[in-house]
Amino acid sequence: MDMPDTVSAAEASASGFLDGDYDDAAGYYTPGTPLVDTKAPEGPIAERWQNRKFEARLVNPSNRRKLSIIIVGTGLAGASAAATLGEAGYNVKSFCYQDSPRRAHSIAAQGGINAAKNYKEDGDSVHRLFYDTVKGGDYRSRESNVYRLAEVSTNIIDQCVAQGVPFAREYGGLLDNRSFGGVQVSRTFYARGQTGQQLLIGAYQALERQVSAGTVTTYTRHEMMELITVDGKARGIIARDMVTGAVETHLADVVVLASGGYGNVFYLSTNAMGCNVTAAWRAHRKGAYMANPCYTQIHPTCIPVSGSHQSKLTLMSESLRNDGRIWVPKNQADCDKDPREIPEEDRDYYLERIYPSFGNLVPRDIASRAAKNVCDEGRGVGPEVDGVRRGVYLDFSAAIERLGKKGITEKYDNLFDMYERITGENPFEVPMRIYPAVHYVMGGLWVDYDLQSTIPGLFVTGEANFSDHGANRLGASALMQGLADGYFVLPHTIRDYLADGPFEEITEDHPAVVEARESVKGRIDHFLSVNGTRSVDSYHRELGNIMWEYCGMERTETGLKKAIDLIRSLKDDFYRNVKVLGSAETLNQSLEKAGRVADFFELGELMCIDALNRRESCGGHFRGESQTEDGEALRHDDEYAYVAAWEWAGEDSIPVLHKEDLVYTAIEMKQRSYK
Amino acid sequence: MNLTLKIWRQPDASSAGAMHTYQLSDVSPDMSFLEMLDVLNEQLNEKGEDPVAFDHDCREGICGSCGLMINGDAHGPEVTTTCQLHMRSFSDGETITIEPWRSDAFPVIKDLVVDRSAFDRIVQQGGYISVNTGSAPEAHSVPVPREDALRAFNVATCIGCGACVAACPNGSASLFMGAKITHLGELPQGQPERDSRVVNMVAQHDHEGFGGCTNIGACTAACPKEIPLDVISQLNKDLRTAIRHGH
Ligand SMILES: Cc1cc2nc3c(=O)[nH]c(=O)nc-3n(C[C@H](O)[C@H](O)[C@H](O)COP(=O)(O)OP(=O)(O)OC[C@H]3O[C@@H](n4cnc5c(N)ncnc54)[C@H](O)[C@@H]3O)c2cc1C
Ligand code: SF4
Ligand code: FES
Repeated sequence: MDMPDTVSAAEASASGFLDGDYDDAAGYYTPGTPLVDTKAPEGPIAERWQNRKFEARLVNPSNRRKLSIIIVGTGLAGASAAATLGEAGYNVKSFCYQDSPRRAHSIAAQGGINAAKNYKEDGDSVHRLFYDTVKGGDYRSRESNVYRLAEVSTNIIDQCVAQGVPFAREYGGLLDNRSFGGVQVSRTFYARGQTGQQLLIGAYQALERQVSAGTVTTYTRHEMMELITVDGKARGIIARDMVTGAVETHLADVVVLASGGYGNVFYLSTNAMGCNVTAAWRAHRKGAYMANPCYTQIHPTCIPVSGSHQSKLTLMSESLRNDGRIWVPKNQADCDKDPREIPEEDRDYYLERIYPSFGNLVPRDIASRAAKNVCDEGRGVGPEVDGVRRGVYLDFSAAIERLGKKGITEKYDNLFDMYERITGENPFEVPMRIYPAVHYVMGGLWVDYDLQSTIPGLFVTGEANFSDHGANRLGASALMQGLADGYFVLPHTIRDYLADGPFEEITEDHPAVVEARESVKGRIDHFLSVNGTRSVDSYHRELGNIMWEYCGMERTETGLKKAIDLIRSLKDDFYRNVKVLGSAETLNQSLEKAGRVADFFELGELMCIDALNRRESCGGHFRGESQTEDGEALRHDDEYAYVAAWEWAGEDSIPVLHKEDLVYTAIEMKQRSYK
Repeated sequence: MNLTLKIWRQPDASSAGAMHTYQLSDVSPDMSFLEMLDVLNEQLNEKGEDPVAFDHDCREGICGSCGLMINGDAHGPEVTTTCQLHMRSFSDGETITIEPWRSDAFPVIKDLVVDRSAFDRIVQQGGYISVNTGSAPEAHSVPVPREDALRAFNVATCIGCGACVAACPNGSASLFMGAKITHLGELPQGQPERDSRVVNMVAQHDHEGFGGCTNIGACTAACPKEIPLDVISQLNKDLRTAIRHGH
């Protein structure tokens, strides 16, 4: 591996890098050279994307078939890219770990997708969507990327409608919109509570159309285990056929990772069970920087944990906060009582009390932290799990009185049924119980304006990259970003790279390819040979607990340092004591999980280091040491207005931190306030 | 709760399988069915026995990965997916039989995991609207009557789980196919390819070894998304029309 690009301690301190007392992460990382996005476009913000598209070189249609593209992931970001690049005539291979591309985790998104169509004439515009997204991200995203996202958002809706996506419509036959996540305009398009499903099926169908046209080949039940780099460029992947166990080599001219988010590092999250960081992490270890890994979004309205058997958490749409009132008992003694017997004066509607102007509609991170605080005080409700009640009431009795049972059913469709199915309690009679859960990660592989990582020829799209949401993501904008990247951005930027083709031919016996393949086999053999005493799941659960406790809703210097120690020793134990049965030559779900959990350990440690370095509270990242007198998040733009891009420095070395300064020309940085 | 589980174990596609019996105690009624299997697997792992393989991912009833025959019913006793079924639907002391989807067109891969790739190949034969990225007209240029949009949405909720096939004595995938034909056929955007779509999808369906529909209705009874039986009438009608048009 190349030597990482570092600066000496003296240089770093001269440049103010090791700013005395404030560098909590000193000793956990090496300062690196500043990072600059060399593709960053110039000029007025509204012209930047048009200019970049014009400047990006074209590839002659007759040459495209000879250029090969590997796309890992078939969620919104991957399927849309595979379909579009197939249509353009490239030779595309598409990978997913599920048995069909249609099952990617994007399928589970409920609420909707934003677009600046301004169909409601309520003052929306590309600029306003841009502004809301940067502000929502607490001024920690790159303005050019966000502007482009807002700009192409309108094309997404046109494309999806043409594909037959059955969005909700009004009586006149035109598309309906709703307001979502506290913004003041109605710009969210939706298909009841199943928007992600309908968008993904649209992209999946477009993808399958290309399969039948012969431009795309799909590899389902295939897990990417390693990235192949040759002479510093991404040239393919090593994938395991999850049915036969074959370790396969797939070579290409360019690789795209659309492998989704890593929220499952917390074990319990609203993500699908298979969501993982392996594809991204393997690329990271090969030289792709990981940006802002600690930025995690914790969603306030999920169904609480019911016991130690819990395998995942279920999101209840945020829209419920429009009508439900959140409360806990004022007195600890009431916590195990039937909530209907607790009189009004003994209830603490804490959000309405602390945030009188926004009440129950405060942003996700504020609602989440407030719930944690009241439960930490011992005022949580619901079953005790590990000695604590972790739940707050979301009470619809007033709304039911106002709108009737029928009105509620019409408005919230199947959510009440879903809740009853999972908890066995009828929310029309007993208040719902909710608790925050990990939902989305804003962090991801660092990319430039072209969505290219620090490894030439490796592009990253969707939740797997870090680019558009800063420190927090607005509701209904992940779907927008996935489809923007895949349909409208990547196809233009990737051609500039492909225009350098044809690329040097490489074969499966190239030393770098052999090395990648052998390392995968070695890892598989190791897991199967340890024959220890603990299951992979038990390690994953323990890692998740550490992350949730110390790198969850509130992070502190002491907690994070403790977490790093705990993770390191747990990881050591894992490699010596894990028990993975079965063989490498068949479907082996424990083996699959072992590989994923191994990468989660390394990611978890880096998340803690990143959180330690960022001694400010911004977006979803709340540092206990950086709050106002009344407990609100305090951002420090003078010190932390940068993207933290981490470079892997080797197995036994500490990571290298490269900072990319965030500069705003089209927008002014403001502190938020919801009081 | 204490349960007796009878589970189909099959090491791989080419080996023979058999039912195995396991005892499981201390099952909480709040567990989902798959969490119950997680507990069993944890115990098997402890004992050095290969855990039971089953497909699952979202555990929210939307991805369509999961699917088990539970006491002879696809997805078990409730109208929902296997992952959304909870143990409170069973009683203490019960014996539960768990098998994979049974269908010639869905060969078993291992234990409870089957190969449903035939569904993807049916979609490849026309389960889409041909519109290249970037060539779409303004979304509001074609209004769609709300009723049609609603019906299209209702049938588009199919999750491709395959329960309809597993439940059908004929092993027919007509409900799955009818849902797609109806979703796209209800919308103005789906009209240009309406004839070729149904002809090609049906040809692929038959080629994959799915059986013909004899109107039994077991499919719709098992369907977790309550796709109605009349999508099959729509399928048949579209096929007749296409043939009349000379396809
Ligand atoms: C419950 C829930 C509700 C949500 N609701 C909304 C909403 O209403 N609006 C909104 O905008 N956003 C929402 N989000 C967020 C949004 O759904 C996701 O951020 C987005 O869908 C991610 O899309 P993606 O294409 O980047 O990745 P994914 O859809 O996660 O796809 C990842 C793909 O990568 C593949 N993959 C991963 N690792 C590997 C590997 N190692 N080898 C091979 N393949 C691999 C997978 O098979 C899959 O195909 C929600 C998220 C959740 C959890
Ligand atoms: S029609 Fe119903 S049962 Fe059949 S695949 Fe679709 S959702 Fe599953
Ligand atoms: S696991 Fe996704 S539907 Fe059951």
